[in-house]
Amino acid sequence: MRKLLTGNGAAAWGARLADVDYIPAFPITPQTEIIEDLGRWTASGEMPAHMVTLDSEHSMLTAAGAAAAAGARTFSATSSQGLLYGMEMLYTIAGWRAPFVLVNVSRALAAPVTLEPDHSDILAARDSGFLQIHCATCQEVLDSILMAYRLAEHPDIRLPVIVNLDGFYLSFTREPVTLPEPGDVTVFLPPVNEEFAHFRRDKPVSHAVSVLGGGPYSYFRYEMHLASQRALSVYPEIAADFESKFGRRHDMLECYRTEDADIVFVMMGSFATKAKDAVDRLRNSGEKVGLVRPRLLRPFPAEAICQALADRRGIAILDQNLSMGMGGVLYSEITAALFRLHLPSPPVATSFIGGLGGRDIRTEEFFEIFKVTAEAADSGKVPPPRLLYTEQELREMRKLQAIAQVEESELIRLEEAGT
Amino acid sequence: MSDTHITRMKDLPSTHLLGAGTALCAGCGGLETLKEVYDILGPNTVFVNAAGCMTLMSIYPFTPFRGSWLYTAMASAPAGAQGIRDALDIMKKKGRLPADQDTQVVVLTGDGSASGMGLSATSGAIDRNLDFIYLCYDNEGYGNTGQQTSAETPLGARTSTDAVGVGFPREKKDLFSIWAANRPAYVATVIGSEPVDLAKKIEKARDMKGPRLIISLAPCPTGWGYTPEKTIDIGRLAVKTGVWPLKEYVDGKVTHTVVPGSRRPVEEYLALQGRFAHLFEPARNETLLAEIQQRVDDYWQGVSAAQVPA
Repeated sequence: MRKLLTGNGAAAWGARLADVDYIPAFPITPQTEIIEDLGRWTASGEMPAHMVTLDSEHSMLTAAGAAAAAGARTFSATSSQGLLYGMEMLYTIAGWRAPFVLVNVSRALAAPVTLEPDHSDILAARDSGFLQIHCATCQEVLDSILMAYRLAEHPDIRLPVIVNLDGFYLSFTREPVTLPEPGDVTVFLPPVNEEFAHFRRDKPVSHAVSVLGGGPYSYFRYEMHLASQRALSVYPEIAADFESKFGRRHDMLECYRTEDADIVFVMMGSFATKAKDAVDRLRNSGEKVGLVRPRLLRPFPAEAICQALADRRGIAILDQNLSMGMGGVLYSEITAALFRLHLPSPPVATSFIGGLGGRDIRTEEFFEIFKVTAEAADSGKVPPPRLLYTEQELREMRKLQAIAQVEESELIRLEEAGT
Repeated sequence: MSDTHITRMKDLPSTHLLGAGTALCAGCGGLETLKEVYDILGPNTVFVNAAGCMTLMSIYPFTPFRGSWLYTAMASAPAGAQGIRDALDIMKKKGRLPADQDTQVVVLTGDGSASGMGLSATSGAIDRNLDFIYLCYDNEGYGNTGQQTSAETPLGARTSTDAVGVGFPREKKDLFSIWAANRPAYVATVIGSEPVDLAKKIEKARDMKGPRLIISLAPCPTGWGYTPEKTIDIGRLAVKTGVWPLKEYVDGKVTHTVVPGSRRPVEEYLALQGRFAHLFEPARNETLLAEIQQRVDDYWQGVSAAQVPA
């Protein structure tokens, strides 16, 4: 069945088709539509799951982790400030090895507060132990949720997974989405393996206990890291199985027109579709250019990324995030992976920060990025990281500042006049 | 017919469930309470813990519990209880968990979590009428980090963050009333040194449904400044002086389960504890002593005949 769905709608359908048992929830823009759909379906009985609204995302994630540890298939969703409010529990419940799926609808972080997207929220959760899948289309959101449960519940992994989609650009954009048949989904994603269910009378356990000293602590943390890395070999099996059942393939990386590309854009999420459009236009004018879009960010698919990038002349890495005082997160991760190869003549890698707080990245900017990267490849001189911002934008900002100034002077004048 | 079965010391369980050898301090009033509570609730329980002294109960690979335990975080133990309760209920409903494999969910936190950081999660659990027991061991400070002032620190107590002068200059928070105002199934105060009163209340709470709070005053040798063997004496004096009223809330009504006939002077309780030593040495602080006594007197003055058992 094909349906016109928003990214949020696709996420709700993903949870419904995964036949989840439990949905701890808390509203936050732009995620709320997901829990509204799920609330309607659980209330009407269309979906045999229990939804409960908690007092915060911190509580929501605690409940999600506890329920997953108790053996219920659990789904939850959040965004931005909510993800950060629950950050303590992201780390904690990953340490519980509680497998469930959390959808994050990316939204830029305060301050200043905004509702529009970038990846600062999701990348703040980068080191938590959650696996991360980044989506660019509504179909991908639904499919990734089903794949994410397979990953999370895999006996060699047992870690929670975040499926990420961009707020507004994907959460509120309608696209035709193919809904798999529930019967086929059950074959792809069998019921929860209750061997791991805790707390019931016949399976008492003291879970998430303290450790004394760095030895046992390191052991458990290394175990998490190794489990996460095992997802790199498990993921392709799941992707192949998904393709054989549903005819759609979602690799760890999407490589678009990269076969003979000299210059490759690298970026995550729905803004990568803008890069695709730029690739098509540049190809039309004869440039050998492509796009690599990492879908799996944790575990980090270093080998696949190196394979896709090592032989290029230039790589333009666009970060829709900003690590203050450092720069783009994706840039440092990708260049670190390439550095380990110790290539005799590595590609040049340029860094661009853009799309913060939903700021558009226009086609002409992709052309400029391409040009700068091609020139760097020719000259061997890598320009410093660039923050995308136009003179026009700066002029608009100056106008806003001027208005603020005028208003402030006016208030002072009125105050002095005693009115 | 009585709704509880325990009426005297002889009725208390003679075998004890909680394992020994935990890392808690000698003379811990909280541990004393937990031991007594566990004997009544039995091993078919999952304790959901928040950051605090009890976090050291279970240190890998050892546990003193025959049932289950889950450490969460300081702010969200009631939310952990929600997740477990809901998961067990869903699995029962879907036929994946036999009813006899169900478990009683018990939140276990100190006062720092119960009356401070955890209040949001607690409030949510009460709103949702969560079927759980909340056991708070109230040692009147952030005990595990060295007795800093918490929301439950009483007037005049010195703590490591109110270490000079009159000590903590304000009121102890009334967690009992915060809960009772929201009409949960049950709220009770207990203390380990009154084991029969405690056992009766736990027995009653055990067989109820909905949110149930048990607050135990937990004398704390290290935090309150006394030697461990005095925990029982201090606990008894807390009751006899009227500082720690033993009471319960059911169906909109508060009843005092133990009413000290002629209350002993509060200073008998205070004088045993290093945190109040400044009230006596080098000179008696008559004003503050009188003020503390007055507050206790005022409390009991406000207890109506209807709040006392016939």
